[in-house]
Amino acid sequence: MTTPTLVPYPEAVERYDPTIGLETHVELGTRTKLFCGCPAVFGGEPNTQTCPTCLGLPGSLPVPSRTAIEYAIKIGLALNCSIAEWCRFARKNYFYPDMPKDFQISQYDEPLCTDGWLDVTVEDENGAEHQVRVGIERVHMEEDTGKSLHVGGATGRIHGADYSLVDYNRAGIPLVEIVTKPITGTGALAPLVARAYVTELRDVLRSLGVSDVRMEEGSLRCDVNTSIAPRGSAVLGTRTETKNVNSLRSVERAVRSEIEREAGVLDAGGTVALETRHFHEDTGITTSGRIKEESEDYRYFPEPDLVPLAPPREWVEQIRRTLPELPSARRARLQAEWGLSDKDLAALRNAEAIDLVADTVTAGASPADARKWWLGELSRRAHETSTELSALAITPAQVARVAALVGSGALNDKLARQVLDGVLAGEGDPDEVVKTRNLAVVSDDGALLTAVDEAIAANPEVAAKIRDGKIAAAGVLVGAVMKATRGKADAARVRELILERLG
Amino acid sequence: MSITRDEVAHLARLSRLALSDEELDHLAPQLNQIISAVARVQEVAAEGIPPTSHALPLTNVYREDEPRPCLPADLVLSQAPAVEQQRFKVPRILAED
Amino acid sequence: MSTDLTRLTAAELSDELKAKNVSAAEVTQAHLDRIARADGDVHAFLHVAADQALAAAADIDRRRAAGEQLGPLAGVPVALKDVLTTVDMPTTAGSKILDGWQPPYDATITRRLREAGAIILGKTNMDEFAMGSSTENSAFGPSHNPWDLDRVPGGSSGGSAAAVAAFEAPLAVGTDTGGSIRQPASVCGITGVKPTYGGNSRYGLIAFASSLDTPGPLARTVLDAALLQEAISGHDPMDATSIPEAAPPVVAAARQADVAGLRIGVVTELSGEGYQPGVLARFQQAVELLESLGAKVTEVSCPHFVYALSAYYLIAPSECSSNLARFDAMRYGLRVGDDGTHSAEEVMALTREAGFGAEVKRRIMLGTYALSSGYYDAYYGKAQQVRTLIARDFEAAFGQADVLVSPTTPTTAFKIGERADDPMAMYLADLATIPSNLAGNAALSVPCGLAPEDNLPVGLQIMAPVLADDRAYRVAAAAEAAFTERWGHPLLADATGPNSLSAKETSR
Repeated sequence: MTTPTLVPYPEAVERYDPTIGLETHVELGTRTKLFCGCPAVFGGEPNTQTCPTCLGLPGSLPVPSRTAIEYAIKIGLALNCSIAEWCRFARKNYFYPDMPKDFQISQYDEPLCTDGWLDVTVEDENGAEHQVRVGIERVHMEEDTGKSLHVGGATGRIHGADYSLVDYNRAGIPLVEIVTKPITGTGALAPLVARAYVTELRDVLRSLGVSDVRMEEGSLRCDVNTSIAPRGSAVLGTRTETKNVNSLRSVERAVRSEIEREAGVLDAGGTVALETRHFHEDTGITTSGRIKEESEDYRYFPEPDLVPLAPPREWVEQIRRTLPELPSARRARLQAEWGLSDKDLAALRNAEAIDLVADTVTAGASPADARKWWLGELSRRAHETSTELSALAITPAQVARVAALVGSGALNDKLARQVLDGVLAGEGDPDEVVKTRNLAVVSDDGALLTAVDEAIAANPEVAAKIRDGKIAAAGVLVGAVMKATRGKADAARVRELILERLG
Repeated sequence: MSITRDEVAHLARLSRLALSDEELDHLAPQLNQIISAVARVQEVAAEGIPPTSHALPLTNVYREDEPRPCLPADLVLSQAPAVEQQRFKVPRILAED
Repeated sequence: MSTDLTRLTAAELSDELKAKNVSAAEVTQAHLDRIARADGDVHAFLHVAADQALAAAADIDRRRAAGEQLGPLAGVPVALKDVLTTVDMPTTAGSKILDGWQPPYDATITRRLREAGAIILGKTNMDEFAMGSSTENSAFGPSHNPWDLDRVPGGSSGGSAAAVAAFEAPLAVGTDTGGSIRQPASVCGITGVKPTYGGNSRYGLIAFASSLDTPGPLARTVLDAALLQEAISGHDPMDATSIPEAAPPVVAAARQADVAGLRIGVVTELSGEGYQPGVLARFQQAVELLESLGAKVTEVSCPHFVYALSAYYLIAPSECSSNLARFDAMRYGLRVGDDGTHSAEEVMALTREAGFGAEVKRRIMLGTYALSSGYYDAYYGKAQQVRTLIARDFEAAFGQADVLVSPTTPTTAFKIGERADDPMAMYLADLATIPSNLAGNAALSVPCGLAPEDNLPVGLQIMAPVLADDRAYRVAAAAEAAFTERWGHPLLADATGPNSLSAKETSR
């Protein structure tokens, strides 16, 4: 196989217009599977969460979960879709060992939700913001398959495996598939738009409480479709579907890489093959999946074991009333409440700190303080330890407490940082750490005066300057006192005392 | 309306049936005959007639999101042709390139 | 008790058991003995569960002796078509691909029978995956018609029908997708009922055509069929297509047994050309009999019925091609070719090639064809539209008549081997039964005489509207009573022809 020529990205988007599409599968967080009462929990021993129905045993039948349908409708409403008045499940027929029935119960030409949209914002290289309305083609329900371990191959992948081992615990877990309409006209911003869409979608789904949407765990799975066409062409190019896109960053990289590759193919006079490709995290490029001789004919037909769904409008409206404030509305509200510029908001968003800051504000901190600590000191720690901000061993309430202690003068910034150290190290709440580590600001004049006098005595030249009116020199003495008190002195009070002492 | 032997061979592949040549020789004309006969449905004028997928007009049959007992793994695997690591052992799935 | 217990009806056995004139153990043993004597010739059973049956019988006797109130079927033997799952007996669906499969769960029907105290004698033979009209498609050899052992007992519930006709069991459960209860009942001279679709749970019924499959009772009398039906019917939350409403009162209807004032519609399209003359003659006499009992007879036309066979042989294979995909050698059943040189896909194909019979393969491929992209609209899609038209024909017809009648099947029992490799000829057996499967309404077959040319049983088909099963039982019971009076005995008493089971037994 020849190494593909990649056209450098800026050049590729100079001559070609990309079109992207995203298909996202969401594992719903219901208690049971879609068509049976087996628990939908993660991580059980293999084949311990199965029954005749999700194993597809001869004679078994599916019965759909009302809660799963409710969650799917909720997702559709949050994405501004129309909810079908009447629709059916359909069988998607194909043979594969992880499919207990060798067909998947899904939806075909009658999806539950259609024709919605989701607004996303991206920033170009000049810092200008662009809003893109991503059209949602459909939201439909389907069941998940079992999971295979491939044994014998080099990497545990299917390639070169001698045999496979199948666990059906996951078979039958409810999935919702969300398909965008083709996203055109984004030009060079296409990879960012793709990433922004998945990010926003993830945040919307999380706010609905219908899934824990963790890409790393597979409860949010993304396939990216990419095509390019010569600039100005009215006809869309052939699209490829890229799988194994397991993080937000990979979404962006996969789109970028595909654009570069397809440009290379077209530049060389070739045609882009309609195919499925596999994204590689390590190299950042895609490789071809198996090119099928016959494109799959799934022979869809309405599922005869299930009766049609006709969600009553009152039920749909009742679900609509349970929709929470969606992330975009929430961001706008918080931005106004906190008086943030768009840039400030973007910074919070990029750091994935909005919820943390909001919770810290709820716990009593000012927005400015909350932002300062999360985007400053705590972001630094997170970066140092390669942890996510939300995974740090400190809660918003604890951060609010630290901010409050600083605000009241009980701590200064330097001491506060040491308190953070203690909380992050698991030594307890801020007040406990202050006590244990003896970090309180010393404001007692008696103690301070002792230290001040010592500092004056140790620095007679500086003291002389201050007496002469060089107030700024006080800083040196303040520094000395801080050093002597190991930073615990109330710096402002120390300064006052020094000036008092020296006239 | 007729179906060729090659088309029948294609159907067999789609259906995962490893038919022998003799079987194909035997079944193809029979299928052809049946398909010609059932094509009769196309004579029926059905403009605007909705298709029936269910005999009874039931809708909205659900169950509640309540866990029910699962089958024990050993029972589940007891009828399996091959088992390893408490999983169903299956022959190599056609490798992707 | 010196009576031959196997000659009693289920209702009579029920009374005797209740009165403690006989024990469940005795009844069960009598039937097991009968099976041992007769089934070598009839081959109705694929599996006889003697130990389980006797243990269940002993349990019933113990509970009755302790004063417990038991239902009408407690201690009454029943045979189950081997398409219903049973945890303590293998379930093969008549196929090599499931030979030896032990289900880990009971079908709802199985469970309800056990809860009713019925004694499950074993699993009966059937056409493979319920596809056929003769039981010749069974992977384990055909069953034989007790009327003439060289003839088929019909299908696909041929084993169940033969068991009942051979007095091996008073009751049997079968399934009817295109006529597979009614046609065997007709050619074996017994009663068989296809309830309204959804009337009996399909949970645990190995699926052939999901939107058509209907479990139902086979018995020697209409009342017996009703008793069995009431024991197993009713809504099942495990089956999303099961009827939510209360089951029709079929036992009461069977006892009511009258037709005075009812309008009987003779369906024009379901008799005439293609029907054996003797079958038509007996049918005609049956209609006249009903008229003499006070029914008003009219003729009704259901013009789209002529397309029913074609629509059925598109819809059923389409659904079955999908339902049978799961038999892929990965989780249970036969596995062929797993020698390290074949991929999973190849093992699937080799297994299905070895494990499925010719008729199953034909229907799978036919279904795959009809659902294919490019063909769907012209075949499957069109067939579903025809289905609507047939349902509308029924609606219109039921506006003119309370029940509709026809011969159950165009011929009497044909010889084993006669149609075995002629699919189209075999399919014609379902001409009159298929419309009710497509529309989902209730239909049954009750014996109405012997065809003069061959002295083999003819069945009268009675069709009632959706959910009006009781109406069919009512008319059937009336006909049965009148016929029995006319003949002087139940039809089965005439199963003594030269090649019959009875003749063979007498000569031993």
